[in-house]
Amino acid sequence: MSMLLVQALNGLQFGVLLFLVAAGLSLVFGVMDLINLAHGVQYMLGAYVAATLGVWTGNFWLGALLALPVALLVGLALEWLVFRHLYRRDHLSQVLATFGVILTVDEATRALWGSAPQTVLEPTGLAGGPLGGVEIVAGLIYPTYRLVIIGIGIVVPLLLWFLVERTRAGMLVRAGATHPAMVSALGVDIRRLFTVVFAFGAMLAGFAGALASPIFPVAPGMGDTVLILCFVVIVIGGVGSIRGAFIAALLVGLLDSVGRAMLPDLLRLLLDPSSARQTGAALASMLVYIVMAAILFFRPAGLFPGGRAA
Amino acid sequence: MTAAFRKHALALVTLLALASAPFLGFGDGFALGLLARAMILGMAAVSLSLLVGGAGLVSLGHAATMGIGAYTVVAFDAAGISEGLIVFPAAIAAAAAYSLVTGAVSLRTSGVHFIMITLAFGQMAFFTTSSFSSLGGDDGYTLYARTEWLGTHLMDSRLTFHFLCLGLLALMWVGGNLLLGSRFGRVLRAARENPQRALAVGFQPYPYRLVAYVMAGAVGGLAGALLANATEFVSPALLSWTRSGELLFMVILGGVGQLGGAILGALAIVLLEESLSHLLVYWRLVFGPLLVLSVLFLPDGLIGAPLRLRAAVRFATPKRRNADA
Repeated sequence: MSMLLVQALNGLQFGVLLFLVAAGLSLVFGVMDLINLAHGVQYMLGAYVAATLGVWTGNFWLGALLALPVALLVGLALEWLVFRHLYRRDHLSQVLATFGVILTVDEATRALWGSAPQTVLEPTGLAGGPLGGVEIVAGLIYPTYRLVIIGIGIVVPLLLWFLVERTRAGMLVRAGATHPAMVSALGVDIRRLFTVVFAFGAMLAGFAGALASPIFPVAPGMGDTVLILCFVVIVIGGVGSIRGAFIAALLVGLLDSVGRAMLPDLLRLLLDPSSARQTGAALASMLVYIVMAAILFFRPAGLFPGGRAA
Repeated sequence: MTAAFRKHALALVTLLALASAPFLGFGDGFALGLLARAMILGMAAVSLSLLVGGAGLVSLGHAATMGIGAYTVVAFDAAGISEGLIVFPAAIAAAAAYSLVTGAVSLRTSGVHFIMITLAFGQMAFFTTSSFSSLGGDDGYTLYARTEWLGTHLMDSRLTFHFLCLGLLALMWVGGNLLLGSRFGRVLRAARENPQRALAVGFQPYPYRLVAYVMAGAVGGLAGALLANATEFVSPALLSWTRSGELLFMVILGGVGQLGGAILGALAIVLLEESLSHLLVYWRLVFGPLLVLSVLFLPDGLIGAPLRLRAAVRFATPKRRNADA
């Protein structure tokens, strides 16, 4: 039972990270109708910069904080260099150009940092010390850092919801998503709006990468797996819907973690141990995609259709 | 006649160049192996081009059909069967069956959702193959021997294999063009341009699209079976989503409007990858930006480049006259 609780918490924490990446992807897609496969590289860069600056400054939190402006700047640079020229192009061109960006940035990372995983400082100053945790139920100790991520992952979506639903900037973003020509005619610089949304999304993804760096290996290509899962999140949740992305991210995170832990044991009831382990592992990797296919089969526009569903 | 010839001239020249390559100094094992790989990927790209350009269906999971074809060869090899008359039809049938099942589900969606759901099925196939521990799992499987035909080692000769691949590639290209020109192809294109109107005229796009999807999958399976023979090694990486992305790239780089573009695209990508990786350690630092630039500046792809160039020259010429006067 406590095993299930740990996996559920891990799933929650993974889901929250997925949401931070998916939110920017969903905004960019909803507002600009741009499929950005290269969003995952922002996540990777966030992790790399946080790891490097953390080691350099001697404090993990300082590194994570410094990763934010760096991710923002890289996002702005990429928007200016590549994505700006793709807004009016078809989805096919967007998929391909951003695919080219992935290859380039992954390779640049390999050239700069090497292929081996990076060392990351332990996040210090948390209850129970660097490696410790807090007792959440009797006899069960869970790492404090992971709880912090879950906490951040609850606060940021709330802030984001407030920003999008309750502020003037958010209103413009929502209006820009559905009626870009009208918003532009009303005197809003839609180009600048796009750039701001894009850079903001890039920063969120970089932040997610920085948060993930002590937990997942910081290695080239780490953004690609996350990116695919984020697309799954967006498509399940409904394109352009922040609420949908949040719920779908938690769903995907939980399915992935709990499935990985439970499926091999469940299959042991039906199969012999070695083949149960094998099929269990394969099924767990597939579980997310199976659920996605099923959801799209019954609700082709996702759980919360909204924004500009293409 | 001349218009049709001009339209296909670039593809014909490419096929002719491939036919004469072994006699023009590209006849060594390395060059032939490279060209064979390019032609096989070209076949898969032509079948994908049929979907993307013909039916407007952007599949990001086409590599899975190639992988299924390749893994069929491998599975038979592990069972000690290497007769081509059994292995090849089985590979094609397996890929077609996979496409029938996944297509029946995927084609209910459209646009971005179609891209994503084909990707999801591709990922499922990828994880399935990496769980085959008897076939090497993640590490892949080295083929014991190339497929035989009625007991003869026909495919062991690199030159024979070269012309087999070339013949099949040309067949796919001609067949695909005939298909697109047929009534079937016209319905596909009509449903791509305007689904409502196609419905109103009385054509339900779904069955046409499904048939096209299954045919493209079957060709993908054939390409996979050939690829397993060409490289004599198969691993799950063959089914990864980046592979599917690469196939799409070949289609786009070559030019979506014409099937011949896919052949050009496949050749360009394989040769570029090979030559760049020999010249540079971090060759993708050049390759990636080249891909981005090609998307930004070659909207009609390589096959449209000569026309674009001619238009540019025509546009520039009167200007110069004005300057003279």
